Amino acid sequence: MSETATSTAPPSSPVESATPAATGTSAAAEETRRGWRALGVQIAVLLAILAGFAVWLAVAPLSDTERNTLNPATLLNLTGQHLALTLVSTVLVLVIAIPLGVLLTRKPFRGVAEPILAVVNFGQAAPAVGLIVLIAALVPDGFRAAVIALVLYAVLPVLRNTMIGIRGVDQRLVEAGRGMGMTALSVLLRVELPLAVPVMLSGVRTALVLLVGTASLAAFVNGGGLGLLITTGVNLYLFTVLIAGALLIALLALIVDWVGRVVEHIARPKGL
Amino acid sequence: MSDTANTTAPAVDPAPEDRPITGRSIHLDAVTKRYPGQERPAVDGVTLEIPEGQVVMLVGPSGCGKTTTLKMINRLIEPTEGRILLGDEDVTGIDGDELRRRIGYVIQAGGLFPHMSVAQNIAIVPKMLKWDKERISARIDELLDLVGLEPAVYRDRYPKELSGGQQQRVGVARALAADPPVLLMDEPFGAVDPITRQRLQDELIRIQQEVRKTMVIVTHDFDEAVKLGDWIVVFREGAQIVQYDTPERILAEPADEFVENFIGSGAALKQLALRRVREVQVADAVVADAGGDAAAALRRAEEAGHGHVVVTDFRGRPIAWPHRRALSRMTTLPTELDPALPVVGSGATLNDALDTMLVSSAGATLVTGRGGVFEGVVDVETVMAAISAARDAAAERPSDAPVGTNTGAVEAVPDDEPDENREAASDV
Repeated sequence: MSETATSTAPPSSPVESATPAATGTSAAAEETRRGWRALGVQIAVLLAILAGFAVWLAVAPLSDTERNTLNPATLLNLTGQHLALTLVSTVLVLVIAIPLGVLLTRKPFRGVAEPILAVVNFGQAAPAVGLIVLIAALVPDGFRAAVIALVLYAVLPVLRNTMIGIRGVDQRLVEAGRGMGMTALSVLLRVELPLAVPVMLSGVRTALVLLVGTASLAAFVNGGGLGLLITTGVNLYLFTVLIAGALLIALLALIVDWVGRVVEHIARPKGL
Repeated sequence: MSDTANTTAPAVDPAPEDRPITGRSIHLDAVTKRYPGQERPAVDGVTLEIPEGQVVMLVGPSGCGKTTTLKMINRLIEPTEGRILLGDEDVTGIDGDELRRRIGYVIQAGGLFPHMSVAQNIAIVPKMLKWDKERISARIDELLDLVGLEPAVYRDRYPKELSGGQQQRVGVARALAADPPVLLMDEPFGAVDPITRQRLQDELIRIQQEVRKTMVIVTHDFDEAVKLGDWIVVFREGAQIVQYDTPERILAEPADEFVENFIGSGAALKQLALRRVREVQVADAVVADAGGDAAAALRRAEEAGHGHVVVTDFRGRPIAWPHRRALSRMTTLPTELDPALPVVGSGATLNDALDTMLVSSAGATLVTGRGGVFEGVVDVETVMAAISAARDAAAERPSDAPVGTNTGAVEAVPDDEPDENREAASDV
């Protein structure tokens, strides 16, 4: 969960955080530096597009309705709702999927892993729009209905990557740990999970991006978020609003993806 | 934990033989492992004594249960029946994790954790035993020194920055971290190239001379077993002990055809590798100083009835070995080192000595001791005599030989017959 906490407050400067990682060999340090540079370019481009959008918003000849819908306060409010939907569902996904994934790789539960994966797969295979509307029919509160649907939708990548990451750890390392007298829990916490972190984090990032995109559908069930711009744009034939909404959602997804990459970069165990 | 307390006191460096045995004996008492759904037990009633401070090799074909037997010693695999004793202590019922912290464990390729530095890998068990930081740090340096890795260079490296052989060395250092009395190794050198393997084996022999632990090593390589082992246990399927003996005796007196086949060809040659030149009687020779009078040396050789004269330099190191015929043509003795001179150190194996003789075609070789000083001559006849003496000596089973049997083996034969009878009875 600490991963999502950092996503709200990205590290002050990539260059600063790179210094402690640069203690390895020069080749590894070089690779790290190149990774940071790519991330720097990525965020610079995203921020430039965002700035371009802000400038356009300020100078474009917009009708009164358009200007009303696209005023900065509304946009910030909608973005806040969108992020709230995303973060609440992400936290729930992590709380459900990671422990479940760990549990399903433990010996007594390995047998039921496949059936459970099949059920979770079903959650993702169902079309997101259908899922959200169905759940909204059962749960009156739009925000809650949207969160439930989003969680069902995004559990799979995290669960699957947790399991794949842990299964991918060399069994001889587990045996070496047990052979030295580490308890099963200690082997899990100090060997299996740290080595599974890269795979798990990439699952979390996939889930985050999925969630930012899918959270747009919350607008259908009165759950708020930037999706509202799109539904408004479609309903009132306001193409500017429609496109502005789509652009903002895409930018948000890419920025969240960037934050995820930064976290992956920092949390990757040294020596791998 | 009391046995780990003495680790911080640095050893003063007595001669290897005088170092105290820090190992403890292991006793498997009728240990059996049965897996559910399998008719035959994987390990069947093994009783095995492993003497303290000795290296015991478990060998046998793959799937014979040797690894299972090894893993039952530290209870990575829980025995279905039987008892395990470490020293005098019955450890069958104690907490498995607590037991394993007292037993070093080395697996193929070291099994190092890739996300931890060399120092962190070695510190795992000491940390679990709650040692303080300074003690752990000092121990890491001491162990890296022991396994021949410069601490300043290797402490903070990650496993992927090490070669296979270096990883294996760190693996051994990690297993020795808390100074356990017993070290278990599962095919430790299986994943490295032959040259590195040989070097690691030599290194292990040297380390064992320093630490004097009880080591149990699983291998499928019989030559490795002969080289490293004080004792060898030969297993066949179901962990049936076919022979438990010294390498010399297994080579000279294989218990049956199975062991013979397992040894492979050249048992007598392999015996040569077990004996060292210093253990055989070296013959005297006529010695003369380099640059001296050739005629005088020739006269002395004729008086002594020797065919050759050994010419040594001012430090007593042999430089040439001329025959009397060659001497008669010289006025002064040679002062230059003869590059083709057959020489072996007294620590060399008879195998090396014989090899040198065959290459030089002299039928004999010079033996040098400490500092390369000439000690005597060994010829083919001496080697032959030593081998036949070794075979005779090996025919006597040593009185202190540890016990290794299967309780199951004795019952196996009569057990089968009643089974058939029962089937026959049910047919009626």
